[in-house]
Amino acid sequence: MNAATELARRHRWRWWEALPWVVSLACYFAFPNYLAFGTQVLITILFALSLDLVLGYAGIVTLGHAAFFGAGAYTVGMLAMHWGWNEPLSGLLAAALVAGTIGLASGLVLLRTQGLALLMLTLCTMALLEQAANMGAAWTGGFDGMPGLSFGKILGVFGFDVLYYRSQYLYALAALFACFLLVRMLVYSSFGQSLTGIRENLLRMHAVGAPVRGRQVLAYAVSAALAGVAGALFTQANGYVNLAVLGLERSAGVLIVLILGGYGRLYGAFVGAVAYMLLEDVLAKAYPTAWQLGLGVTLVVVALYARNGILGMGDALWRRLQNRAAP
Amino acid sequence: MNFGALEVARKVNFRLARGARHALIGPNGAGKTTFVNLLTGLLLPSRGSILLEGEDVTSLPQARRVKRGIARTFQINQLFRGLTVQENVGIAVSERLGIGGAMLRPAGKRSDVMAEAARLIDMLKLGDDAGRRVVELPYGRQRLVEIAIALGLNPRVLLLDEPAAGIPSTETHILLDAIATLPKDIAVLIIEHDMDLVFRFADRITVLVSGSVFAEGTPAEIAANREVRAIYLGTALDG
Repeated sequence: MNAATELARRHRWRWWEALPWVVSLACYFAFPNYLAFGTQVLITILFALSLDLVLGYAGIVTLGHAAFFGAGAYTVGMLAMHWGWNEPLSGLLAAALVAGTIGLASGLVLLRTQGLALLMLTLCTMALLEQAANMGAAWTGGFDGMPGLSFGKILGVFGFDVLYYRSQYLYALAALFACFLLVRMLVYSSFGQSLTGIRENLLRMHAVGAPVRGRQVLAYAVSAALAGVAGALFTQANGYVNLAVLGLERSAGVLIVLILGGYGRLYGAFVGAVAYMLLEDVLAKAYPTAWQLGLGVTLVVVALYARNGILGMGDALWRRLQNRAAP
Repeated sequence: MNFGALEVARKVNFRLARGARHALIGPNGAGKTTFVNLLTGLLLPSRGSILLEGEDVTSLPQARRVKRGIARTFQINQLFRGLTVQENVGIAVSERLGIGGAMLRPAGKRSDVMAEAARLIDMLKLGDDAGRRVVELPYGRQRLVEIAIALGLNPRVLLLDEPAAGIPSTETHILLDAIATLPKDIAVLIIEHDMDLVFRFADRITVLVSGSVFAEGTPAEIAANREVRAIYLGTALDG
C-alpha cells in the first residue's frame, strides 16, 4: 500500500476503537453499584482528552488547564444557583461557551510566549480565576463553593441529580462520545495535521507559511471549551462546586493521567484515566495514609521506562511481536 | 543586520532576477545564512529594505512572505521528524492551497494534496520512502525532503541553503534535476560550498565576505577573479 493510500485510510474507524465504548456500556450493566465512580472516570477522560488536543497534538505545555474545567463547573453552578437555569444539556453548551471564550482570550495573550514562560502564565491564569472565585463569594460561594445544587431532567425525561447514578453515567458517556467525535475529527483533519506540525517543528511551520499562533489559539480555545464541558458534567453529577475545581492538584492530576496513558494518541486519555483512578482507588483503600506514595512510585516508573505511556508500551510490545513473527 | 555590536550583513545590494539561477558563496561566517534569514523574514533588518517584484516586503512576517512566493530550505534540516515523508510534503502543499486550517475533512481525503505531494516526492526520487517517518531516513534523504517541502509551496523565489550538504555526491544530480524541472520564471538562489555543484547550477554568482558583497558576475568571471580565488576559491579551482 503506498503512503498516500495509507494516509487516505488513516481516519477510518478500526474495530478496536469500539472497545472503550463497548466496555463502558458493559460496565453500566456489570457494575451498577460503581456507576458514580464510573461517571467520575468518564469526566476525567473528557478532561484529559481536552488536554491531549493542546498538549499531545499542538505541543502546548500547560499547567493551568483546570482553569477551563473550573470555568465550566462554575458556569453551570452559577446558572443553576442564581438564575434557576438547571437544564443539563443547555448548561453544557453554556459552559463550553464560557470556557471556550476564556480559552480564546487567554490564549491570545499566553501563546505569544513559549516554554517556561508559557507554563508559568498558564498557572497564573488558573490562579487568577481561583482567586476571583474565592473573592466573588456573592456569586460563587467563595471558599465554601455552592453545595446542594439541583438540576432538571435531561431532555425533560431522565431524572438527574446525585441520586440518579444510572442517568448520570449514561449522560456523561453520551457527552464524552460527542466530544470524542469532535476531537477525532479535528486530529485527522488538515487542521489537526498542522497542529502536529507545530508540535514537531515550529520553525518549519512558520517557513511553510502557516498562521502558527492563530492555529494554536484556536486549538487552545476548543480544548478549553471541552474542558469546560467536563467541568460542567462534574458539577451536574456531584451537585456542588467549590474551589478545588480550579486547583493546581486538578491540573497536575490530568497531566499525570495523560502521561500515564500516552499523549497525542486520542485513546491515551481513556487508558490513563482508568489506570490512574483505579490505582488511586485501590491504593487509597489499601493504604489510606500513604496511597500517594504508591501513585508517585508508579509515575516515576512510567516516566523512566515508558515515556510514551501505557499505550506507547503496548505499541512497542506489538511491534516487537510483529518483528518476531516476521520471516 | 546587527546582533548587538556585531554587524553581520551590511552594504548588501543584491538583485535576484526573475528566473535566475544564482549562487551565493563565501567563507564560513560571511553572513550567507543571515542574508537568507533576512529575505524570508526570520530576521528583521536593522536598516535597508527588501523588495519582491517592486513591492516592499521588509516588514512582512514570515508567513505572509511565503504566501507571496518566497520559500526556503534550511542549512540544518527543519523537518517534521515524527511524520512520514508524505505528511511532511502534504503539510506544505496544504498550506499553499490555504486548507491547512480545514477542520471537517480528513487530511488524507484531500486527493489534490496527496497527488501533488506524491508528484514532488517522486520528482526527488523519494517514492520508496514516502511512507517512512523522516526520522528513520539517512541525512541525505532528509535533505531531499527539505527541498520537496520548499517546492510544495510552489515558490516564485526559492532559497536553498546548502541543499547538497549531506547528500552523497552520487545523488546531487537528483537535486539539480529537480531544479531543472522548475518553471523557468522561478528565481533560485543557492548557498553552497560544493563548487562543482555551484558552477554546474549557477548562471550568476555573488561572493559574500564579512557581510558585504565582495564580487558578482558570471561563473567564468568569478572563476577568473584573482581576489576571489585568493579569498575563497583557491583550492577548489586549482585542485
